[in-house]
Amino acid sequence: MKCSVLIVGVGGQGVLLASRVLGEAAMRSGYDVVASEVHGMAQRGGSVSSMVRFGEGVVSPLIDSAGADVVLGFEPSESCRALPYANSGTTIITDVNPILPASVVRGDEVYPSVDSIAEAMSSSGLRLIQIDAVGEAEKAGSRLAANAVLLGALAGSGVTPLPMVVVRESLLSNVRAKHRDMNGQAFDSGVALAKTAMNRFRRP
Amino acid sequence: MATTYPGTPSSEIGHVLEEISGEFGLYFEYSTNEKVAVETAAAAAASGLRSFVFMKHVGVNVASDPLVSLGYVGVRAGMVVLSADDPSLHSSQNEQDNRHYATLANLPMLEPSTPAEAKEMTIAAFGLSERLQCPVFLRTTTRVNHARGVVPLGRSKEPVKEGHFEKDMARFVPVPALARQMRLRQLERNRQAAEISEACEFNFIEGKGDIGVVTSGVAYTYAKEFLTDVSILKLGMTNPLPEKRIVDFMMRKKRVVVLEELDPYLEDAVLRTVGQKCIKAEVVGKRSGHLPFAFEYSPDTLSALQGKVGLTEHKRPVKQPSIALPSRPPVLCAGCPHRATFYAVRKALGGRDAVISSDIGCYTLGLNPPMNMADFLLCMGSSVGAAGGFAEATDQKVIAFIGDSTLFHSGIPGVVNAVFNDHRYVLIVLDNRTTAMTGHQPNPGTGRGGARSTEPVEIEPLVRGCGVESVRTIDPYDVRATTTAVKEALEKDQLSVIIAKRACPLAVKKKGGEGAKVCVVDPERCTLCETCVSRFACPAMRVNGEKAFIEATVCTGCGACVHICPKGAIGVME
Repeated sequence: MKCSVLIVGVGGQGVLLASRVLGEAAMRSGYDVVASEVHGMAQRGGSVSSMVRFGEGVVSPLIDSAGADVVLGFEPSESCRALPYANSGTTIITDVNPILPASVVRGDEVYPSVDSIAEAMSSSGLRLIQIDAVGEAEKAGSRLAANAVLLGALAGSGVTPLPMVVVRESLLSNVRAKHRDMNGQAFDSGVALAKTAMNRFRRP
Repeated sequence: MATTYPGTPSSEIGHVLEEISGEFGLYFEYSTNEKVAVETAAAAAASGLRSFVFMKHVGVNVASDPLVSLGYVGVRAGMVVLSADDPSLHSSQNEQDNRHYATLANLPMLEPSTPAEAKEMTIAAFGLSERLQCPVFLRTTTRVNHARGVVPLGRSKEPVKEGHFEKDMARFVPVPALARQMRLRQLERNRQAAEISEACEFNFIEGKGDIGVVTSGVAYTYAKEFLTDVSILKLGMTNPLPEKRIVDFMMRKKRVVVLEELDPYLEDAVLRTVGQKCIKAEVVGKRSGHLPFAFEYSPDTLSALQGKVGLTEHKRPVKQPSIALPSRPPVLCAGCPHRATFYAVRKALGGRDAVISSDIGCYTLGLNPPMNMADFLLCMGSSVGAAGGFAEATDQKVIAFIGDSTLFHSGIPGVVNAVFNDHRYVLIVLDNRTTAMTGHQPNPGTGRGGARSTEPVEIEPLVRGCGVESVRTIDPYDVRATTTAVKEALEKDQLSVIIAKRACPLAVKKKGGEGAKVCVVDPERCTLCETCVSRFACPAMRVNGEKAFIEATVCTGCGACVHICPKGAIGVME
């Protein structure tokens, strides 16, 4: 078994933390694991992506085209940008809240509607789970916990073999003590959202 | 001892060493530049203290002068020089292949493929350095440096904490007569190193068959996981190469693919041995036109080898929808003082032409619209020297930008040159009190903290000391005053230095400072002229229907926008 997770988002959203959490969870679950990310110049409000691969015989830090089992998207247009890594069996779990790039705010480029982005992703025949991670995070105490909601959704969806409790522990060990309750709550709400969404897929 | 100048993808090493240096009795410093870092570490290694110096690939260019001499002089205790190369230029101005430095400086080289191997090779490199009495070059790339993996840990040895320099002129002073002897010893050392390479555990063969792969670095991981029915000669010690093992491998193969990123370093060595030994095996790689020279490889690169070697099956991509997504390049952060400076310069120029000589740092992002503040760039510190050239060669106005850390790194000789040769232009030092782009490392302008804290080297007296007469320091958040200062400097027919001094808001936030203020737009006064979103373009500025507004979660409360709104509609709230 090999599992490849592509995490995408915008600089500052916590993509790198999520990748670290997932990598550690895979390691604690006894898998070989490799993760790769790009930072530096790429970080300042630009697109950020991280790849986490685990399972037997995994050595390549990069995912091949169409090779992602899961795309965890922190921002809808960034999730859509990840489609070259998707195959018909891929699950995309994405937040629905857009972050407008500078060119859009200035009026030089157009940001498509979130519905049309969702339509573009689901028309390709894969499984799309859309959640309001920022909204759930705000309920838990801060929109900054959106990455915890998304990690919860990934763990709760059951699309990776990682046990939910291991991902949760890995998350809590990577955040400051004073933020643990909030992140735990955010994670749990993500789990619940994903479970509901997966049940919908299972219905005939 | 460990020394460095920060640069992606090597900067994280410094973050870790800075954190653990106290606990492990390690002397660690951010040196002013890579050349100084190598010289400092070299002296430690010559004094019997193990030393480690690390930098990004272009940093080795800066350090190349002492490095090549070190290849003659050598060391006593182990010295490891790590180069962090950046294929695909994720965060760099070029993607040079620094393996050539190992051959240029006659240094043994190890090339890890994974994080775990990087740890094993670093330990081995110190041993190899001590055995051969010369520095060892550890060549890494972004996909090794910014990869995570399972790394088994060992126990650290009790370090030697104090060295003593035993004088030995014949070893450490390369004047011509002595350097000639050193050169001969170097060649003898290369022969010994070649023997070590033949037996080195990092050079090994995996798999069987008459189709072979010769590979090194991260490319090995792609070959191992995505090629089938191949015999892989994995090279970890890549200078000197194990020529006998390569010949032996080639003789048993019908065809050999050489898989490596950037230059055909291994491939040319393979082709040479094939030629010298009249081996018939077909060599497939860059020289045969199959594999690309440019950019990093990935599992997808291997599809170019279709028909030449067995490939694993890949899943089929989904049909790609035809939706146009907006681009998302990196931008200057909300509250970035550079934005305020750039805006003031645009305002001061008022449509007049000027050549903008830029440099390496966050402020290079000023090249994007609406600022368009970069016309020429070479390398760290180049803005200053180049500005002098433009001033002499053209009749255009010339403005140079340089950051505080970059000025200390290699900008100062350019300033002295401008004074010495009477170059007339405006030099703006973007002094944000940190080395921001690479993760907020200290620099001479901040002084170092911790147990060995030092006083900051002040920029204004420094440039005055270089002989610059027109020097002034301004706060870029005061856009009006900055605009006036730039206007006045542009009028003068002499070298003028303006120091735009204001701390990076990200660094301030990291330290837990400020953050209580926020800027707000008064909707009564806003006429949606869009000056704030289109010309100033702070990421906190947004438009909602007919009015501009400021996103409070993004705004740092810097107040620079207060000066730029023509209707005076923006205020700062506590």
